[in-house]
Amino acid sequence: MSFVAQLLQYVITGATVGATYGLAGLGFTVIFNATEVINFAQGEFVMLGGMLAVFALRWGGLPLPVAVLGSVLLVSGVGVAVDRLTIRPLRGRSVISLIIVTIGVSILLRGGAMLVFGKDTFALPPFSSGTPIAVGGAAMLPQSLWVGGVTLLTLLLMKLYFDRTLLGKAMLACACDRKAAALMGISVDGMVTLSFALSALVGALGGVILAPITLTSYDVGILLGLKGFAACALGGLGNPFGAVAGGVILGVLESLAAGLLSSGYKDAVAFVILLLLLFLRPAGLFGGRRVERV
Amino acid sequence: MRSKALAVMLAALVMLAVLPARGTAAEPIRIGAIFSVTGPAAFLGEPERNTAKMLEEDLNKAGGLLGRKVEVVVYDDETDATKAVTAVDRLIKRDRVAAVVGPSTTGSTLAIIPKVEEARIPLVSCAAAKRIGDPVKKWVFKTPQNDELAVKKIYAYAQKAGVTKLALVTASDAFGAAGREELKALAGQYGLSIVADEVFGPKDTDMTAQLTKIKGTEAQAVIVWGTNPGPAVIARNRVQLGIKTPLYMSHGVASPKFIELAGPENAEGILLPAGRLIAEEQVPAGHPQKKILAAYIKDYEARFKQPVSTFGGYAYDAIQLIAQAIRNTRSAEPTAIRDGLERIRGFWATTGEYNFSAEDHAGLTEEAFVMVRITKGAWEILK
Repeated sequence: MSFVAQLLQYVITGATVGATYGLAGLGFTVIFNATEVINFAQGEFVMLGGMLAVFALRWGGLPLPVAVLGSVLLVSGVGVAVDRLTIRPLRGRSVISLIIVTIGVSILLRGGAMLVFGKDTFALPPFSSGTPIAVGGAAMLPQSLWVGGVTLLTLLLMKLYFDRTLLGKAMLACACDRKAAALMGISVDGMVTLSFALSALVGALGGVILAPITLTSYDVGILLGLKGFAACALGGLGNPFGAVAGGVILGVLESLAAGLLSSGYKDAVAFVILLLLLFLRPAGLFGGRRVERV
Repeated sequence: MRSKALAVMLAALVMLAVLPARGTAAEPIRIGAIFSVTGPAAFLGEPERNTAKMLEEDLNKAGGLLGRKVEVVVYDDETDATKAVTAVDRLIKRDRVAAVVGPSTTGSTLAIIPKVEEARIPLVSCAAAKRIGDPVKKWVFKTPQNDELAVKKIYAYAQKAGVTKLALVTASDAFGAAGREELKALAGQYGLSIVADEVFGPKDTDMTAQLTKIKGTEAQAVIVWGTNPGPAVIARNRVQLGIKTPLYMSHGVASPKFIELAGPENAEGILLPAGRLIAEEQVPAGHPQKKILAAYIKDYEARFKQPVSTFGGYAYDAIQLIAQAIRNTRSAEPTAIRDGLERIRGFWATTGEYNFSAEDHAGLTEEAFVMVRITKGAWEILK
């Protein structure tokens, strides 16, 4: 295997894994844009997406497409429930207490999943045939194309939603100034609920398309949530494009670090670069400068 | 209110007075057990707990030991060494057990050794690391095969296959690190040189980078050391990258779950050392383990409606060894059990043939392993 082919392999692998960090990151972005809350249960939405699909397939005997869609919609419902049961009753509290609540929710969801699904790891069959495609000496799984495609499509829809639709703009308005948004006739509560539904949907989508490649278990959400958050921070919080780009960059960095330096320091290298970047550009790579008006 | 409290206290006093009196005649023999029934090592602890409970019932059905009932007290350490220490304290001080079985993991075992040594209670661990039995500790025995035996089995096989250059991929957890140490230490003895030494995090979901790097070396065989799910991901990535180099794995993945996770098409051709339990139907009828394995599998699967695992076998062996020591010495005192364990020779159980002595508290040889190949989603014992 030539060095170029090796490099290409590292990039392909890194981009695939990075795309899912990006999808997890997108979920953070949606809720952050509507509420300024960082939802630490985001990783659990990703986990639930994969696990519910696995179990719809195993226990329910549903065909794969139905299992996948059903799981994504169901998790979206979980997102709504999380908002209604834990976030809405605390309306008006500081952002930091809401963030702490989401940590609690994540522990609850993880524990619940452990009790219901057990502690084993599970695999989901790939969406299309499993034979790898050769690209210039490197190999790529068809599922990687699914991951890339779904991520790009989601990103595009999200961009259109926030930039072009009234609903999206209303959601952004809620984060900017709740009171003003409410005075303009926007239902702030409705927007927050919608943002939870949307973010759970995006997270579950990530979980479901990744499960055939990386396997899934009740505790995968911790790491995916963390990496998703890192992706967001890297790309600039609140920017959907930044979240996905940040995720891909993080994934590729990890993969290159493992391949070229040492697999033992893979995570360390990626996070050191992240820290350096944030030190130099605190708003993230694609984050605009925030101006505080007094 | 006061009279009620008094009545409760009186009742408690009466109970205290009555309990020991009733106990002297038919006081049960208590064996303590600590398993990781929950937490990351639940795949070890759950079958171990089930097996222990099953044996307790079986022993009592057969009339107990020395005419006394046997009671196995099981605590869950949640794969946490601190909780294992609390549990062993409770077993020694409150339950007053005669011997302790477990814990499931090396970390927990090492944490409780000082406690059992201080209390002078024999411990038969179900954890694998060589450190538990080397150097020999007076009160500590273990049932699983040492990692060293698995490494020797693989190296002997690889050497016969003409391999001289090896690539290692090991997990960055306790099991992987211990395996890596043994693999590196023993390579020279078999004329093998290590050309790549990669690691992966136990929670990593993609090992393509490590395998790509190995693909660029002259390695003639890849050895992977870890427990699920990491090795299953490696098996998938290897096929994905079209790597044809033979792949050896550790006994840590010798369970049907591994084949399920990797997918039979990705697991095809993988070689690993394993106990005979997973391929019991291929063990020849005359083999001393045949009957033991067949009976254990039948009982376990009938009772728990789930497939048996090698790990449950470690608990089976531990309790059978203690029972044998009690029968041999005709005493259920901790010191007698310890001496009895040390004198056990030629005792066949699910893992292999135990030959304990004052110098060897692990008791097994490479014979406890067979090399198996995964063929069409099933285990095939190699000659």
